[in-house]
Amino acid sequence: MLLTHSHTLLASPPCDAFLRLLNGRPVGEQKELLNKWNEMGTDEPDLSLFRPVYAPKDFLEVLINLRNPNYENGDSLSFRTHLGLIQVPLKVKDIPELKEFFVELGLTTGQLGIDDSTQVPPELFENEHVRIGQKVLAEQDSAAAQQYIRQGSPTALRAELWALILNISSQPEDILYYEQLKTNVIQHDLLVDSLIYKDVKLTASNDDYYFVFEDYLYQVLLCFSRDTSVLGHFAYNSASPPKSYIRGKLGLEEYAVFYPPNGVIPFHGFSMYVAPLCFLYHEPSKLYQIFREMYVRFFFRLHSISSHPSGIVSLCLLFETLLQTYLPQLFYHLREIGAQPLRISFKWMVRAFSGYLATDQLLLLWDRILGYNSLEILAVLAAAVFAFRAVNLMEVTSLAAAEAVLADLSTLKVMPLLQIFLFATVT
Amino acid sequence: MSRVSVPCHVKGTVALQVGDVRTSQGRPGVLVIDVTFPSVAPFEEIMFKNYYTAFLSIRVRQHTSTHTPAKWVTCLRDYCLMPDPHSEEGAQEYVSLFKHQMLCDMARVLELRLILRQPSPLWLSFTVEELQIYQQGPKSPSMTFPKWLSHPVPCEQPAPLIEGLPDPNRVSSEVQQMWALTEMIRASHTSTRIGRFDVDGCYDLNLLSYT
Repeated sequence: MLLTHSHTLLASPPCDAFLRLLNGRPVGEQKELLNKWNEMGTDEPDLSLFRPVYAPKDFLEVLINLRNPNYENGDSLSFRTHLGLIQVPLKVKDIPELKEFFVELGLTTGQLGIDDSTQVPPELFENEHVRIGQKVLAEQDSAAAQQYIRQGSPTALRAELWALILNISSQPEDILYYEQLKTNVIQHDLLVDSLIYKDVKLTASNDDYYFVFEDYLYQVLLCFSRDTSVLGHFAYNSASPPKSYIRGKLGLEEYAVFYPPNGVIPFHGFSMYVAPLCFLYHEPSKLYQIFREMYVRFFFRLHSISSHPSGIVSLCLLFETLLQTYLPQLFYHLREIGAQPLRISFKWMVRAFSGYLATDQLLLLWDRILGYNSLEILAVLAAAVFAFRAVNLMEVTSLAAAEAVLADLSTLKVMPLLQIFLFATVT
Repeated sequence: MSRVSVPCHVKGTVALQVGDVRTSQGRPGVLVIDVTFPSVAPFEEIMFKNYYTAFLSIRVRQHTSTHTPAKWVTCLRDYCLMPDPHSEEGAQEYVSLFKHQMLCDMARVLELRLILRQPSPLWLSFTVEELQIYQQGPKSPSMTFPKWLSHPVPCEQPAPLIEGLPDPNRVSSEVQQMWALTEMIRASHTSTRIGRFDVDGCYDLNLLSYT
């Protein structure tokens, strides 16, 4: 639909061209990997030659340069110029429309994340909410679960509720499928594996909350990159998977394959999509299925270019529009000091806030993503965070200082922020 | 519902503008496209690809049997193609409009005039592309069944069973079911993946390409 720069970032290989894209593993190495399957984190492969294929800030540069050739983008500033970074005129919701869309987050409806705090007696909301949740699970009603989870999910019920909404039930075929993927990992060594190792070592292993799950992350991500069923999501994704041909058969369609087998090249921070799920699921095949479903339903939109309302371009535009409309002074000030707000909030949205919020708050946020089947709440939360720290931000005089004000989000409570921004701000 | 493409001649777009085109600063917001037919045609459906047009009106000039000159009649008024003329929604969609959506009878069409409007100053140009008109295709001829299909003869009394052998009707129906299964499996080419990502055990690659 729109002209885009092709993914020139991804065309350059991340390492020495001598390393092959795939190696068959010798039998001895296969046995060793099988023995070490549950503790791959103890491996210390030499990853010094590798660097991530791209990071969120590189992706942001591509999005900033998106242009519609039919759009009047004159050189002089006029009412047509977008003051933010995104220059594409997509339709985004404004606050009245968001209030209608997120009506269950309103001030008069009980929420987990607000009405379960210690000062509130549990008889007022929490007990009844837990009871309804248990009933929904007993009925195994997926649509009711999706409606129910808009008000948050009790911690004890969350794993089952998410599985119900995502339609994951552990059938023997699914466990067998996972075991087959595991066998593929043992037998072949993909170049992408090194990218995954590097990413996990750089991000999740350094995180206070997630370093304990390092082994789980390898078990999920290595299998994920070999899972050809993920290719099915390209039917509704505007991107297309990288294609290659068996050596010597360039151009012959019968020898065309996708690389990696699932068509998804991991970027810097990709493993953070999996890390929070490790708190909920401990059985590797179920963890794998949940992650795969979350990816093909939601997460792929965060790193693909499309005009979908939950796509990253629309989320960025929604964030900038909300900030400009409801915090114009703050937006103008940040722009004047060279700190475009999207440069700070982009990394939050691309990772769905994983690694930035405290885990319990992150899971409450992801409850709402599942409940509303939309990622727009990420943009609303980003704007709400800016609104919350507006006073401090008005005093900064550089991009680095603005980043410092917004560096630590781990103390934030997500639901009060969203509620105040949407329902309690005088406009 | 079969449809047949109608040959027609689509003239170039004409911009409607007040004042001199060269000196005025703004871009025209109204364009007109004329479509003529070599012969009088009944109208069934019009299909096109939108390119940043916000509103569409269609006027039609019909053939009348009497000697009165044919008049222009509006058959579609301000049909909205883009809910928000300033944003991308609906800007490049494929659109189909049918006979029943028109305000007047479209049995004998001589000429069509499409009036495109785009009030937003944000877009450099707008038009509709790949314009195609369809008329109703020929109806499939009705089939008459042979008499023995529509009036089957009642079946005769079966011969008495020989002792010890299974019921031949049951055996034949089971054999039929098995045969039907084998035919199904032979005929169906499943498109489900079996999860292999290599080609005959080979995954030796050295190049990646992006389309």
